[in-house]
Amino acid sequence: MSIWEFANPVRFMRLSGRVLPWVTGLALLTLLPALIWGFFLTPNDARQGATVKIIYVHVPTAFLAINVYFMMFVTSLIWLIRRHHVSALAAKAAAPIGAVMTLIALITGAVWGQPMWGTWWVWDPRLTSFLIMFIFYIGYIALWAAIDDADKAADLSAILCMIGSVFAIISRYAVNFWSQGLHQGTSAPLIRPGEETQVSAVFWQPLMLSIAGFFLLFLALLLLRTRTEIRNRRINALRAREA
Amino acid sequence: MIALLIRELRLALRSGGGAGLGLGFFLIVVMLVPFGVGPNQQTLGLIAPGILWIGALLASLLSLDRLFQTDSEDGTLDILALSPMPLEQLVAVKAFAHWLTTGLPLVIMAPVLGLTLNLPESAYIWLIASLAAGTPALSFIGAAGAAITVGVKRGGLLLSLLVLPLYIPTLIFGAKATSLAADGLDPMPAFTLMAGLTLFTIALTPFAAAKALRTHLT
Amino acid sequence: MSLKLTSLSCLRGGRTIFNDISLEISPGEAVLLRGPNGAGKSTLLRVIAGLIPAANGKITLNDTPFTHRDDFQSQLTYAGHLDAIKPQLTVAENLHFWAQLFNAENLTQTMDDFRLTEIADRPAHACSAGQKRRLGLARIAVTSRPLWLLDEPTVSLDTETTARFSATIDAHCAAGGMAFIATHIDLGLTAPRTFEMQAHKPSDSAPEHDPFLKGDWT
Repeated sequence: MSIWEFANPVRFMRLSGRVLPWVTGLALLTLLPALIWGFFLTPNDARQGATVKIIYVHVPTAFLAINVYFMMFVTSLIWLIRRHHVSALAAKAAAPIGAVMTLIALITGAVWGQPMWGTWWVWDPRLTSFLIMFIFYIGYIALWAAIDDADKAADLSAILCMIGSVFAIISRYAVNFWSQGLHQGTSAPLIRPGEETQVSAVFWQPLMLSIAGFFLLFLALLLLRTRTEIRNRRINALRAREA
Repeated sequence: MIALLIRELRLALRSGGGAGLGLGFFLIVVMLVPFGVGPNQQTLGLIAPGILWIGALLASLLSLDRLFQTDSEDGTLDILALSPMPLEQLVAVKAFAHWLTTGLPLVIMAPVLGLTLNLPESAYIWLIASLAAGTPALSFIGAAGAAITVGVKRGGLLLSLLVLPLYIPTLIFGAKATSLAADGLDPMPAFTLMAGLTLFTIALTPFAAAKALRTHLT
Repeated sequence: MSLKLTSLSCLRGGRTIFNDISLEISPGEAVLLRGPNGAGKSTLLRVIAGLIPAANGKITLNDTPFTHRDDFQSQLTYAGHLDAIKPQLTVAENLHFWAQLFNAENLTQTMDDFRLTEIADRPAHACSAGQKRRLGLARIAVTSRPLWLLDEPTVSLDTETTARFSATIDAHCAAGGMAFIATHIDLGLTAPRTFEMQAHKPSDSAPEHDPFLKGDWT
């Protein structure tokens, strides 16, 4: 039994139907405690005050914003090479989730940035990259919506996703070249707690839990939406047969 | 190949304004800026590189939606696909023809408009150089976008939405090279990065565009 | 030298267009493709031309399987409903372009055959529907390929031109060529064979091809 067995719509529906309630439950059981812990049970930061607690939403959504696009890249590639319908539909299903995550990351970033930097928006490389990312998501969703023939739409949006991924990476470095920013170094040091990093363990533990929670939430939404897309395709196929 | 290029140029010149349309658009966009930001010479000189680059960007976008659309509507695309010429080559030739009819006139026109915007003297050479090296990338990226949106409802609007974000790196490097030169600094880092990006684009996008065109034929 | 279709079927958007078509055309043969509207005549021609992928079955042309796309396509020419004519170019320019792209030589002869010489310098947008059609068909004759795929070629042609065109097809077949023609009228060819396509019920074969229909969904 290989992993490609799940590329069959019937098998995918059967398996995802069984898994979905568990993933949903697990997502809620992780996310709710993580947010309660983060918002109410951690101390305020010495310099940033209570504002720092936005980190429990901002960092997980930013993390997903990038990784959902990467997931779309991989599933689009699988569709282009192996023609597995579930793969293409998973990419389609992921896009709006990714777009919303990017939007939340942008908004929470603005809300966080206002007291920190004294302005809602700065043309900082990282913020700008996320804005570009958001536009890529919008373009991808719009292309899917504009084409009636489902397989054609899958092909073309997969091609767009390939081009978009390449240019998203180029844009990231171009934007760095363009402006030096205010945004703190990177989220990566967050993962290694210790004396030399900016974020201490008190913040780090609920943050990790929150990232896990958001990831599970994404997984649950993705399964749900992919199932909807598959059902939609089946309805169309059944209609075509009746006609 | 030469036959296709000649035909593309003929078509561009004979259909409603052709190259002139893009140039006129470029002129108007650049002309609108002083009305928006005021006639202060210093301010204009400061933003001139960016304005000229954005104008060029929008002008080259203008005729993109017709790049494959008319060929698809009148059946030419079917026959081209059956011809001995590979679709990748077809895309490259058409993108090159698009550059000759929209990009190249912009390169020639830009210094004149730079004068009206009080662009510093040291920047002219680099304005021309950066536009000459950067606008081909716009045509080639645009060709990929046009190939994806052939035959799509409201394709023109969608095309702008898809293509403009892809123009960002070229815009950044191109405008930066010009403004570095305007400030009397060394524009080479920005310029070489942009030239590299253009070469990369020319090498990559014909394949993506050809793949998209094949999808449309079915 | 022959065209051979083996249990060919085609599926579009989850819908079966035609199923299990088998046919052989030998050199020198012209086959008329007939059938009610929606039977899939146009689609069949496009599938043979390689513009639409077949869901199942095989096509070979002179022992070249259609999986060798380039070799296969270099032996055929196709004329669909659209004439692939650019209105901005003159009649001669239009035909000249296709001749160059397909490396054809007998341009003057073809121009005469299709009575295009007298309108050679007329822009195509000033031509009547019948003249455009003649120009579109001249493209077929100029490419000198063994297999002609023609989709309703005589639409908007007058009786005289139709007769001339039939003579061209006869000459092509007499020289060992093949023609597969979807048409509703009697072309007056010397020895045509007829191939009938039945209107197809979409439900017949869809389940085994469509991943969203086959399998146990309960």
